[in-house]
Amino acid sequence: MENKAFQKIYTKISQITKATCSLKATGIGNEELAIVHGKLAQVVKLVGDNVTLQIFGGTEGIPTNAEVTFLGKAPSLKVSDDLAGRFFNAFGDPIDGGPALEGVEVEIGGPSVNPVRRKQPSELIATGIAGIDLNNTLVSGQKIPFFADPDQPYNQVMASVALRAKADKIILGGMGLTNDDYLYYKNVFDNAGALDRIISFVNTTDNPPVERLLVPDMALTAAEYFAVKKNESVLVLLTDMTLYADALSIVSNRMDQIPSKDSMPGSLYSDLAKIYEKAVQFPEGGSITIIAVTTLSGGDITHAIPDNTGYITEGQLFLRRDSDIGKVIVDPFRSLSRLKQLVIGKKTRADHPQVMNAAVRLFADAANAKTKLENGFDLTDYDQRSLQFAKDYSNKLLAIDVNIEVNEMLDTGWSLFSKHFKPEEVGIKQELVDQYWPK
Amino acid sequence: MSTQGKVKGIIANLVIVEADGPVSQNEICYILTGETKLMAEVIKINGSNTYVQVFESTRGVKIGFEVEFAGHMLEVTLGPGILSKNYDGLQNDLDKMKGVFLKRGEYTHPLDIEKKWDFKVLAKVGDTVQAGDWLGEVDENSMPHKIMVPFKLKGSFKLKSLAAAGKYTIEETIAVIEDKEGNETKINMMQKWPVKVAITNYKEKPRPFKLLETGVRTIDTLNPIVEGGTGFIPGPFGAGKTVLQHAISKQAEADIVIIAACGERANEVVEIFTEFPELEDARTGRKLIERTTIIANTSNMPVAAREASVYTAMTLGEYYRAMGLRVLMLADSTSRWAQALREMSNRLEELPGPDAFPMDLPAIISNFYARAGYVYLNNGESGSITFLGTVSPAGGNLKEPVTESTKKAARCFYALAQGRADSKRYPAVDPIDSYSKYLEYPEFAEYINGVISEDWLEMVNTTKTILLRGKETYEQINILGDDGVPVEYHVNYWKSELIDFVILQQDAFDKIDQSTPIERQEYMLKSILDICHTEFSFDSFNEVNAHFKKMINTCRQMNYSEFKSEKFNKFENELKELVKEKQAA
Repeated sequence: MENKAFQKIYTKISQITKATCSLKATGIGNEELAIVHGKLAQVVKLVGDNVTLQIFGGTEGIPTNAEVTFLGKAPSLKVSDDLAGRFFNAFGDPIDGGPALEGVEVEIGGPSVNPVRRKQPSELIATGIAGIDLNNTLVSGQKIPFFADPDQPYNQVMASVALRAKADKIILGGMGLTNDDYLYYKNVFDNAGALDRIISFVNTTDNPPVERLLVPDMALTAAEYFAVKKNESVLVLLTDMTLYADALSIVSNRMDQIPSKDSMPGSLYSDLAKIYEKAVQFPEGGSITIIAVTTLSGGDITHAIPDNTGYITEGQLFLRRDSDIGKVIVDPFRSLSRLKQLVIGKKTRADHPQVMNAAVRLFADAANAKTKLENGFDLTDYDQRSLQFAKDYSNKLLAIDVNIEVNEMLDTGWSLFSKHFKPEEVGIKQELVDQYWPK
Repeated sequence: MSTQGKVKGIIANLVIVEADGPVSQNEICYILTGETKLMAEVIKINGSNTYVQVFESTRGVKIGFEVEFAGHMLEVTLGPGILSKNYDGLQNDLDKMKGVFLKRGEYTHPLDIEKKWDFKVLAKVGDTVQAGDWLGEVDENSMPHKIMVPFKLKGSFKLKSLAAAGKYTIEETIAVIEDKEGNETKINMMQKWPVKVAITNYKEKPRPFKLLETGVRTIDTLNPIVEGGTGFIPGPFGAGKTVLQHAISKQAEADIVIIAACGERANEVVEIFTEFPELEDARTGRKLIERTTIIANTSNMPVAAREASVYTAMTLGEYYRAMGLRVLMLADSTSRWAQALREMSNRLEELPGPDAFPMDLPAIISNFYARAGYVYLNNGESGSITFLGTVSPAGGNLKEPVTESTKKAARCFYALAQGRADSKRYPAVDPIDSYSKYLEYPEFAEYINGVISEDWLEMVNTTKTILLRGKETYEQINILGDDGVPVEYHVNYWKSELIDFVILQQDAFDKIDQSTPIERQEYMLKSILDICHTEFSFDSFNEVNAHFKKMINTCRQMNYSEFKSEKFNKFENELKELVKEKQAA
């Protein structure tokens, strides 16, 4: 970051905390950027001539006589087609050794879409994963998180989703990624030869936590460029939103704000909504779809972060290790896609809703049978068959390593029904049974 | 000259302003940024420091910016043309705003100022009039829209002149009134009112007593809501809050429907925008949207406007109530509204109450619900606002502060149960946990017994008892096993299942079953109770199960058939045969 000529330089910092510093200055705008001792900072509070700045890079080593200059603008990103295929840090600076960005400078975190100008989402986003496409179908313009414990392979699942989804652009917003995970993403994208449609904004655990606050807005500003200006379908992957929320609480704590529920800032709902509501189907065809990761602590969804997230997003996906098959599956019970009814049976084959419901219902029967077994009761013939069905269903459809087309998922469903059950046990509309039951 | 001020501090959307004159709590002010004016509301005053919450982003606002105080609180504009509009929480007409993205500081006139309305005279020159009195009416989407003496005027006036019938815009003078001192006031078809103050120029607000038919059997029959009543629908994610609210808004015997989407997911708001214009109003044959107004504040719109949105909606409701109309207002979800209150309270550094909500949350909620009600107007006519809010308790926990506070304020409680939703028993309103306080009102009893039949409330009570007994029996069967209890237990259980499947469950997607008029509800309830009062004789529990399933299926076919049609009668005869078959000798 360089200073321009004739810029006022302040050298008297009055207060420094772990994430913020304060000084006396005039003519400063709210949310304006500044450079403090060579580090990027943003105005978060103005009281009289006292200005509080959050220092993205952390305040380590900043002296009270450090040089402070104000840039007179909010954080921005240079947008152009050149973004494609590149890796950036939280400030939008390249970290891939490539050339500096050229393009139109746009302030990040811009205004929201007028709800009457939105279009009702109606395009299916196929991922090849049956636990998603069959049971919790994604729709372009949707926002949905994975609720996952830290030990679950959510980054692998997100990478597969990114590579398989039929999107024009995929934008990764990595917050607090370990360096290993960052290299994993880079490697996977590289090997798939998909780099030219992928844009990444990455903050790793090596970087200061406050920098994470910029990542979602950077990713979504780039997304808006491609969705609005180019009418492209853009898939935004945000991982991990829990670390983003933690960064919010660090800053608000340093500013002596009274903590709200679970030590989170009182504005958590609005802060998260501003990000997630960027998901939209534009009338001209472009769309922004957000798939995020919210890591949980021991599966607790009542914590303020997943709780507020659940209020805002359109469903959630749960991963679970299935002990019967030893693989990770998308849990059909706790997962939910609120927009799926806009596409299933409409954009997909007519039997989709019924096959999906029947399979989940039979899977529930298997769960009951399992409880019976554990409690030492005798199993009926039906119980036995439902247990076998559940195993097949997990292996061939629920497991996250499945990669097939939606029609193939439906056909697989029918073949599993007919292998284990009689038509009347499955409870599907007769006309569909007549058409699809394997002869 | 109104009060001016200067920005002294900025913390997110809370701005501290130093004012040079008097300011009042909840007064509106505008921060001048040079390019635009940002609207804000005073929420706290401390010495010369006035704390205002800005309804928009404060990015770029600087210390020293000029502030203009408006001299009034947040107001809505009332007049013909409100119906069918999509407003934001500050009553901006969203359709009038250009561009895909909302622009900061863009405010639009909520009404159409060029349209000419066909004015009909209701009063005559020389009449003594007061605030709220009807001077004339215009036709707003076939709804008689009254032009009234502005609510803000105090005392009585003489009507000095009144425009002749004809076409006028909302800005043209249609009347002149004169007070005792001879001061004249010109009146047009438009007036303003502060949203946080209730419109109370009615004569009397009695306890509500008239059934508001919703066509939803579990509500009308079991736990009725009344014209001017209040109710709320708490439920976990995916339990069917939205479907139920839509069903009520489509079918209820209301003249006007106002929907406040406060802090809703934008894609769900889009669903209302997309579907409502297509929906037909079963009673009038016109489009439902013609008598509907939508207040939409999506979750990413500024928090202060989200807080305002329910008040804006309620004020519009009160305006139409003063015209003698029956207004139904729905708010989805009041939990998000409460979260907006929490956010601002936190920003003001108030000490938090339970779950970090403001200490006065219960008072704010009960005060808001109190604005609904049935009223007698000064001219003897009546009007009502029936209010239904939804609550989304975190993790389905009904002990959290928003649910608890609402429970004290609302008179009907429609608890959506996860278990019912899982087993696809829709609507998922739990018949045991839910209640309607109106069933206890003697004035309601008198009304309903007159409208339906003398023994109606007795029948409702019997139904509830059978359901409760059924639930208890079910638990016993679960503990002791099917063959561990006498056959009568199974009969009792299946009698409650009969009520559940035939009366409580209703297919919101079937043309006939989706809405049931009260006469038909009475007929079916009588038939079902007759069966419940019948002594049966069965040899085994398996027989009970199979036979009741047959009866339930027949009754459901009746529900799917036109009332008293040939088909209906045929199933009814079949049902009688089935009852006779197993009737005890």
